[in-house]
Amino acid sequence: MANLKKVLAGSLSLCMAASMMTACGDDSSSSTADAKKSTTSKAGDGTGINKSEDRTNTADLHGADSSDESKNTLTIYCWNTEFKSRLDKYYPQGTSKTLETDADGSITSIDGVAVNWVQIENEGNAYQTKLDEALAGQKDSADKVDMFLMEADYALKYANGDVALSVQDLGITEDDMAEMYQYTKDVATDTATGELKGLSWQATPGLYLYNADYAEQVLGSSDPATVQEAVKDWDAFTDTAAKMKDAGIFMVSGFDDTYRCYSNNMSAPWVDADGKVTVDPQLKEWVDKTKEYTDAGYNNKTSLWDEAWAAGMKIDGKVFGYFFSTWGIPFTLLPNTLDTAVDDGGVEEEGNGGYGHWRATEGPQAYYWGGTWICGAIDSDNQDIVADIMRVMTCNKDVAKAITEGEQDYTNNKAAIKELIDGGYTNPFLGGQDHLELLTAAADKIDLSNKLSAYDQGCNEKFQGAMKDYFLGNTSSYEDALAAFKTSLSELYPTLTYDF
Amino acid sequence: MKRKSVSYAKWGYIFLIPFFAVYCVFSLYPLIQTFYYSFMDYQLDKGAIGGGWTREVVEVVPEWCGFGNYSEIFKSGSDFFQTIWNTISMWLIGFIPQILVSLILAVWFTDLNLKLKAQGFFKTVIYLPNVIMASAIAFLFYNLCSKGGALYDIFGFDVLAENAWSARSVVGFINFILWYGNTTILLMAAIMGVDPSLYESAQIDGATSTDIFWKITMPLIRPILSFVLITSLIGGLQMYDVPSLLTNDLGNPIVEGKPTLKTIVMIIQTNKDGNIGKASALSVLIFIFTLIIGLAMMLTSEDNDKKKKKKKKVRG
Repeated sequence: MANLKKVLAGSLSLCMAASMMTACGDDSSSSTADAKKSTTSKAGDGTGINKSEDRTNTADLHGADSSDESKNTLTIYCWNTEFKSRLDKYYPQGTSKTLETDADGSITSIDGVAVNWVQIENEGNAYQTKLDEALAGQKDSADKVDMFLMEADYALKYANGDVALSVQDLGITEDDMAEMYQYTKDVATDTATGELKGLSWQATPGLYLYNADYAEQVLGSSDPATVQEAVKDWDAFTDTAAKMKDAGIFMVSGFDDTYRCYSNNMSAPWVDADGKVTVDPQLKEWVDKTKEYTDAGYNNKTSLWDEAWAAGMKIDGKVFGYFFSTWGIPFTLLPNTLDTAVDDGGVEEEGNGGYGHWRATEGPQAYYWGGTWICGAIDSDNQDIVADIMRVMTCNKDVAKAITEGEQDYTNNKAAIKELIDGGYTNPFLGGQDHLELLTAAADKIDLSNKLSAYDQGCNEKFQGAMKDYFLGNTSSYEDALAAFKTSLSELYPTLTYDF
Repeated sequence: MKRKSVSYAKWGYIFLIPFFAVYCVFSLYPLIQTFYYSFMDYQLDKGAIGGGWTREVVEVVPEWCGFGNYSEIFKSGSDFFQTIWNTISMWLIGFIPQILVSLILAVWFTDLNLKLKAQGFFKTVIYLPNVIMASAIAFLFYNLCSKGGALYDIFGFDVLAENAWSARSVVGFINFILWYGNTTILLMAAIMGVDPSLYESAQIDGATSTDIFWKITMPLIRPILSFVLITSLIGGLQMYDVPSLLTNDLGNPIVEGKPTLKTIVMIIQTNKDGNIGKASALSVLIFIFTLIIGLAMMLTSEDNDKKKKKKKKVRG
């Protein structure tokens, strides 16, 4: 008994001490700031500046010596498992490096270097915050980040940010990248120097994916051409939505489903070069349209990634369609529409839930959504592996083909896609439809010049968050909702100014 | 000459050193720094990052701005007063049922006449919610309230998203569930500390249990009650985890442009990564509030004690 008391008292005092540690969490900001301050640089630190050209070879920049442990670890920053699963499955067929895998098929080491995934939630800028800390401290740290992933919404920050290796310094040539879509290169290009900093294995044109059973029921045909006619522009889309409503079906699931169609067709970026925020007319259009749909009952009032949002993807989910980019099919729609999940022994085949009952069409407006870019971090101590991964995953035609065939992903390799189309590609998930042709048409239309800013993630999230209450009727005027957006954005990005 | 007694006092101080060292490094220094930064214009540009490789890192130097951060917080149109109101109202919604239920349970558990069986089991069950992480319970309620959840089906609308007071009630209810066990145990300890002979003599004199509760239990556990009130109010002012997790840091529903679930600490947390000066100023304000409330409570309870003593003296 006395012993028990001692243990109890000891653990209680430990708890108290631990709670004290958490109490100082509020001040972590100051330590970040200190870390930032200490990274004042001596320009031209690098040893092997290429003198023939007037540029620094980013691969030759080195800070503090890295530890042996860091040399033997490939540290990759990411926010979900998408790239990891691609790498585990398709990297082995394109590389000559020695790989070790565990029982699940995960790559545990490459040429004896252990693979370490650092996964941080993307939402609310959490990923950016953590990655910023790691990259800002890279120079003085013995524990180096080797590779990080980024999204288009904030790619500019890292491409312009003096933290990513130039692709050319990794030995990847123009020839290697010849088959890539230009827009995927634009996203990751340093706007000051014009150097390419990151590569993507996928191009992400968007489509409208619809439930063929509902199309048959309401529109009389599930043929993509017929359905496209019914959703060819926003007016037609709205008319069809009314028909769907009469049949008890929602045209789209939630408020944000149509967002990317509008936001990718903005005439200017969210934030201009002087740090001024503008709400583009296209976004106002989205707000008006979504308000109209909500009041009319054309959507199911869900938010992206909600359970109810995902539930609508079941074949009897009462939602006609979803706007999805290429990754949306394998990563979201397919797993959500299956009645028996693959993990529970389900098979991806006709008869399992909605498999085979979805079709794709262009939809009312061309757009793109998402995409993941791979970057090498400056002063990575495993540059050869980083270079090899980038080359295999983004430049290798056979790997690209395999990914598209295996994952329904639209890979960033025009030649591979063309070969697949010419080879009579069909997608069993889409009932044997060749959606690559549609995607190719959409991908050719993507133009991202002068449409991106480094603040887009925060702007998009906060704008959708503030407008949700306008749609629901909690806030009755658009102006008040806009004011709420301004307040929450200024908390996140205090240095920005506003013209509204 | 041998000393007659050995002084062990120094050991007391020596054993205190670890606490004070940890306290100074992890609490006192950050506290002072927070005060310092609250007078600084200290904003970071989250849309830029410098690694310091080919270009000089543009260093953000905090600049003295006097009460600039404070006046920004108090200026019209800022959410500050709204967040105070949100915090207090959500605290009250949680605290009032919490203290009532805890009092009843504490009285029942300590009442010898009731002879409750399996007390240990029930006490454990009551305390259990406090062991669950707030994030887990917030996630549970998020799912219950959103479309397809049980609460959505019962009420017919999303109680978390479509009405400010229903959303606040959810937060209040979660805080109630999390904390009533803790309060019950504190109050039980207080009631058990009351001299049993008082109860016995009251019963012999024919007092009803209502009389006993209001005239013996309540006056004698008042110090603990005010302790519970103060700690709960201080904890309530710092409410963060539940509303933040339920609303993804946004504090919605946003009614007429004003977030109704945003608490004071939530604005500190959303500001701290970018606007360190303002976040510090907000922290200082919370500190001052807490200080005032704590002092006021202390003074009022001391006053009452003095009055009583005086009365006794007069009578004596």
